Amino acid sequence: MPENLFKMNAKEYILPGTRACQGCGLSLAYRFALKALRENTIVTLPASCLCVLHGLYPNTPVNIPCLNCTFASTAASASGIVAGLNALNETDTTVVAFAGDGGSFDMGIQSLSGAAERGTDFIYVSYDNEGYMNTGTQRSSATPMGALTTTTPVLTKQQHKKDFLKIMEAHDLPYVATTSPSYPIDLYDKFVKAKRIKGTRFIHIHVPCPPGWSYPTKDTVRIGRLAVETGIVVLFEVENGKFRFTGRSKTMAEKGNKLPIINYIERQGRFKKMSIEQLNQFQKWVDGRWNECLQRAAKG
Amino acid sequence: MSDVQIITGNQAAALAARLCNVQVVAAYPITPQSQLSEILSQYVESGSLRAEYVRVESEHSAMTVCISASTVGARVFTATSANGLLYMHEQLHWAAGSRLPIVMCVVNRGVGAPWSIFNDQQDSLSQRDTGWIQIHCRDNQEILDTVIQAYRIAEQAYAPVMVCYDGFVLSHTMMPVHVPGANLVRSFLPPYKPHTILSPENPKNINPVLLPNPRMSAEGILCDGYMEMRYKLQKAMEDSREVIVRTGREFADAFGRDHGGMLWEYRTDDAEVLLSAMGSVAAEAMAAADELRAEGIGAGVVGIRVFRPFPKEDVVRAFRKAKAIILFEKSISYGYEGGLSSDLKAAFYRTDIHAPIHDYIVGLGGRDVKARELVEAVRASLEAIRSGTPEKHTSWLNCITE
Amino acid sequence: MADPAVGEAGKTGDWRDLKPVIDYGKCIPAVKNRPACYLCWLYCPEGVVKAGTRVEIDLTYCKGCGVCAEECPPRAISMVREEKGHE
Repeated sequence: MPENLFKMNAKEYILPGTRACQGCGLSLAYRFALKALRENTIVTLPASCLCVLHGLYPNTPVNIPCLNCTFASTAASASGIVAGLNALNETDTTVVAFAGDGGSFDMGIQSLSGAAERGTDFIYVSYDNEGYMNTGTQRSSATPMGALTTTTPVLTKQQHKKDFLKIMEAHDLPYVATTSPSYPIDLYDKFVKAKRIKGTRFIHIHVPCPPGWSYPTKDTVRIGRLAVETGIVVLFEVENGKFRFTGRSKTMAEKGNKLPIINYIERQGRFKKMSIEQLNQFQKWVDGRWNECLQRAAKG
Repeated sequence: MSDVQIITGNQAAALAARLCNVQVVAAYPITPQSQLSEILSQYVESGSLRAEYVRVESEHSAMTVCISASTVGARVFTATSANGLLYMHEQLHWAAGSRLPIVMCVVNRGVGAPWSIFNDQQDSLSQRDTGWIQIHCRDNQEILDTVIQAYRIAEQAYAPVMVCYDGFVLSHTMMPVHVPGANLVRSFLPPYKPHTILSPENPKNINPVLLPNPRMSAEGILCDGYMEMRYKLQKAMEDSREVIVRTGREFADAFGRDHGGMLWEYRTDDAEVLLSAMGSVAAEAMAAADELRAEGIGAGVVGIRVFRPFPKEDVVRAFRKAKAIILFEKSISYGYEGGLSSDLKAAFYRTDIHAPIHDYIVGLGGRDVKARELVEAVRASLEAIRSGTPEKHTSWLNCITE
Repeated sequence: MADPAVGEAGKTGDWRDLKPVIDYGKCIPAVKNRPACYLCWLYCPEGVVKAGTRVEIDLTYCKGCGVCAEECPPRAISMVREEKGHE
């Protein structure tokens, strides 16, 4: 691992002193995404945690051109940048949309599906902190079962997490990948690869959120790691329909040493009202998806 | 040398967009705009218009694509009607606040609920607060010419322009239209220069969060708060009156057709009663004025061409001598009265214009508006004024109200 | 519109209750006197760790999240309570 670390782009695109929370998983993920994407990039993003990280007028901590847009419209905003640049014969720039789970799978799903279906030549990144965190940790379709949020404050979220990756795979994309800031080199490599591919590339980032998930800020990387080690988050990529485990998930698939989800659940305050029934259902859900992934990897 | 073609309003709009060499088109079909989108895709796919056509999945996305494509420096075009316009409402505010020279045709149609596919102007009226310049067209020639003028206006004022024309009445009706040559149009429209460049060489964060008060930048410069930015939009709209009038004159010089500036006047010189309206109703009002004149009533028409920015000084001048002002509006601000009526009264405030203003709501949801109905309404209003009951509630023309 | 600048949110070092302190007797690059490990640099969400032979943390902007201390393999970083009224 240290060798890859030294081959990485050493430049930092996020200047210190940002508005992100202490221990923000998004900060860490974005840091490496931008290293991989480099200067010839235009980012577009909606109202979201990332919008706040990008700062208040008249300054920004990010050294990459960025266009803010409304919450529902991120992928359409990217479509317009791509169309405009094409019309002006400026095709060197990578256009990257960066929206949260809400901006991708709740309000943003229409424009995302539209842009993907049209085969728009851009990278769409959905950073998933499993709730509407910017507005105060309300529930989204990405919130896992059993989690407390400010809009599921007593009964917890009743439904399983919406399977975003399946929805995106249904669009026949050249590249779909999952990443985590707890595995920054895997994340970096996937962004480097995505940058070189044409068409709609979709990257999901599982982003631990200390205030939203209720855990000490020092544990951000550990929590993200446990998510992968329990199989709740599977690190994979699908390139032209071919499924492949990557990184830690690949090792786990080979060695069969997936941890029980309780290791992940018990460290987060948002799960303190989770019932035994929900825990069992969640474990079953994780096991089912893990087995599905094993089968896909075996098929090749 | 221009040639005359017999074309519909939608065809005229599409032709104009092509003549203006728009570079990105993003439109979603909706009756009665659909043919406009279809013709443009015909142009693009056959190569007669070199543009990126983004077949978006909604009107909200159509305006979004226009916003971001315009931001990077492309000349953009879109069109919609009724509920499509309403769906992109959030983005209309965003486009104006972004100070982008987007040109959109609104093919006026009534809004739901309940559904209507036919013409009225509630759609564009309900968007008058968004910061878009709104120009209404009387006929298909004006549609083509106004779209061309719209780009020149928008790209000078850095404000978006809505070119409105009545659905079916104009969009689907064939009229003779002089189609100017491509070179003439190209020379009339200089290339578009975006006000902020999204460039990796000079990274900026465009349209971030602004705080209520002005704020110091890292370089120690005091920068605008939100309110200053919004003031600048208002100022741009106020200043655009001059741009609109100048553009109309320059267009007349270059193309030989003058559609007026902020408003146009018909037989108003010695008029006692002035009819006023926006769009095709105003053209119908011209026929009504002729009929009234034939009966010996001194009628004239003030056509409101530009509804936003509101021609507040022009209307004071135009309506000064009227003894009665009769308005025919295809929209209403529910809970009060027609938008034109309120705006005129506000413009006349503390001037010496005290003529009674009678506001008729007409033609909602495509109900036909005939010149003779306008004539009857004018006669009824004049009778009411003569017999000492000059004030009238807003009336609904040719509608069962009991 | 908005231009890039350091400290967009101010001196975020002010946010801290705990600050990271490196024990160079344990820190691997310091001990080996060459580039090595740098997991603190890798995992810092703020990018305020300078990965030199002597690893330094920019305390003007370090928010004190403690991820570096948590992830450091030889436990060379301790999170130490800030003194009262530190600038």
